[in-house]
Amino acid sequence: MALLEIKDLHARVGERGILNGIDLTVNAGEVHAIMGPNGSGKSTLAQVLAGRELYQVTAGEVLYNGKDLLEMAPEERAQEGIFLAFQYPVEIPGVSNMYFLKAAVNAVRKQRGLAELDAMDFLNLVQEKMKLMEMDQTLLNRPVNTGFSGGEKKRNEIFQMAVLEPRLAILDETDSGLDIDALRTVAGGVNALRGPERAMIVVTHYQRLLNYIVPDYVHVLSQGRIVKSGGKELALQLEESGYAGLGIEDVEEAVGRI
Amino acid sequence: MSSTPNSLETLANQEYKWGFVTDIESDAIPRGLNEDVVRLISAKKEEPEWLLEWRLKAFRHWQTMKEPTWANVHYAAIDYQDIIYYAAPKSKKDGPKSLDEVDPELLRTYEKLGIPLKEQELLAGVAVDAVFDSVSVATTFKEKLKSMGIIFGAFSEAVREHPALVRKYLGSVVPSSDNFFAALNSAVFSDGSFCYVPKGVRCPMELSTYFRINAKDTGQFERTLIIADEGAYVSYLEGCTAPMRDTNQLHAAVVELVALDNAQIKYSTVQNWYPGDKEGKGGIYNFVTKRGACRGVNSKISWTQVETGSAITWKYPSCLLMGENSVGEFYSVAVTNNYQQADTGTKMIHIGKNTTSTIVSKGISAGHGQNTYRGAVKILKGAAGARNYSQCDSMLMGDKCGAHTFPYLEVKNTSAQVEHEASTSKIGEDQIFYLRQRGISTEDAVSMIVHGFCKEVFRELPMEFAVEAQKLLGISLEGSVG
Repeated sequence: MALLEIKDLHARVGERGILNGIDLTVNAGEVHAIMGPNGSGKSTLAQVLAGRELYQVTAGEVLYNGKDLLEMAPEERAQEGIFLAFQYPVEIPGVSNMYFLKAAVNAVRKQRGLAELDAMDFLNLVQEKMKLMEMDQTLLNRPVNTGFSGGEKKRNEIFQMAVLEPRLAILDETDSGLDIDALRTVAGGVNALRGPERAMIVVTHYQRLLNYIVPDYVHVLSQGRIVKSGGKELALQLEESGYAGLGIEDVEEAVGRI
Repeated sequence: MSSTPNSLETLANQEYKWGFVTDIESDAIPRGLNEDVVRLISAKKEEPEWLLEWRLKAFRHWQTMKEPTWANVHYAAIDYQDIIYYAAPKSKKDGPKSLDEVDPELLRTYEKLGIPLKEQELLAGVAVDAVFDSVSVATTFKEKLKSMGIIFGAFSEAVREHPALVRKYLGSVVPSSDNFFAALNSAVFSDGSFCYVPKGVRCPMELSTYFRINAKDTGQFERTLIIADEGAYVSYLEGCTAPMRDTNQLHAAVVELVALDNAQIKYSTVQNWYPGDKEGKGGIYNFVTKRGACRGVNSKISWTQVETGSAITWKYPSCLLMGENSVGEFYSVAVTNNYQQADTGTKMIHIGKNTTSTIVSKGISAGHGQNTYRGAVKILKGAAGARNYSQCDSMLMGDKCGAHTFPYLEVKNTSAQVEHEASTSKIGEDQIFYLRQRGISTEDAVSMIVHGFCKEVFRELPMEFAVEAQKLLGISLEGSVG
């Protein structure tokens, strides 16, 4: 059984249809890259999979581990092992990163029938993962993402992913706003988490990230549909010819011309 | 799906847990207010002549005053002749001498409220004065405090046993003519707490008064007077609840604090009067005057309040910073949900040199709640080197509530430094979604965001209170994000 099966998924925000029939199957152990120009629906797909209520699913189905994903609340999806690394991580003033992450870990553990971690066990777990992400310990005591630099925020996302150990990780434009060194560290953290049990969906505009996180499959999204799928070489081809080479227009650029 | 508004609505229907009524025989006087009622209250308290005169003067002045209308709150006119001004649980004797003599029904009431009055069951380090309707029913740890020279107990008892102290300080911070509600209180106040900490004594435990309104159609008019003599320190906590009733009840208290040289008073309130139901029916009108005078050099008065209850809150705990280097602080969290209205803030009056004040106000509005911060910072001519820092943050949940900020600044000394920061934020759908995406439920997410927002205030609260306040805030806001 596939870990994730998306069938003819349609979604809209308000009156505007954004996903117009997505079909995608992801098996455990695979890394899929979703590429596409601005406005093609990449981030919407990521948000819909995570359960963002802003988007209305109008048709299609999504099976996760054989279960109807669309019936689950966002927190249930998270507890079942779906993790979204946000394109724009949200600031939560006054709530320490440590407190937040411990609450998250224990919510997930509770769902899985595991005992809650106490402060010591949690600290041990966290310290190990911080090394992996080359993160400064002081970030733990700071309020969630508050006053973090762009790079720190992205690093914090992957760090959370490392601590939560999801089964399906969705990375939404994790490369945006990162300089090359930060990109290397973040990609290193992601690669360390690759494994036969875990699948990843990497959403990106640019091929650059895929030099570091090499995908098994690449899908190109345009106007809410997957218009081309292939192996990692498809990303390289896109790099050379651009989306226009595939006959795809960047919606926002197109709108800009009108 | 657990995220639909329906399940949130169920949570919103959570009852006010403190709304029960104690079935106890009450000795109440007839409705209405006139000079005879003032005399009757004074007589019931067996008060000395000077106090009766003080009350009558206040009453006569009150009759010339008009109820203030400047606050950003709306309510039907109060009929002051339709209120019962004195109600006390009937006791067989003149009054309980010890806890063993307190009516067991009353002890059970306080136990139900989570305030065991039996000393052996008390949290170590908190002495409680329990005020039930118009009288103080019990004070714990009295003897222990007495051995250190600390006077703590019912106001009426202090009038009998320490008349000179009471007479010296009563009305010295909030004059009986100060404002409409203070004048009313001065005329009809029934009981309250009195505390005196002598020179150089650091009070070893938290002192606490727990106010409970039980009788129907009764106003509660208590008076609290706390004096910290030179070099003394005291931390005082105040908590309050009332039964659920569909008529409004008036609570008009006066609190006066006096800090002499190098003395420090920390006053914390968790106000949880019945807020009315979801349609805005019933609830307490909380019209309270609280003021502290930092009379001595290096003295400090710190107000911390968590206001989650009452249909209407009208309250401005203030500091008169008279002594050189004296310090005033105000930390506040005010929550309005459903149809609650709060107009609250502080006044910091800088009179002495190098006086400093800090104001941190956090307003949270949900449902149709209206939350107003009203604050005044006055730096008088003589207050060279005075400094103030004010921070007012408002958080909105949903789109039917409101937050308003009215800061008044008056600076008459050019060497003063005054800073004011304000922010208004909407509790973000994106914040909630972020936390839910990490496996945290909506309710926990909201509570986490709100607690984060209030953190600077909560950390000022004594330990036991901080826990209670956090729980209370969770209950007050449950179901307010849909």
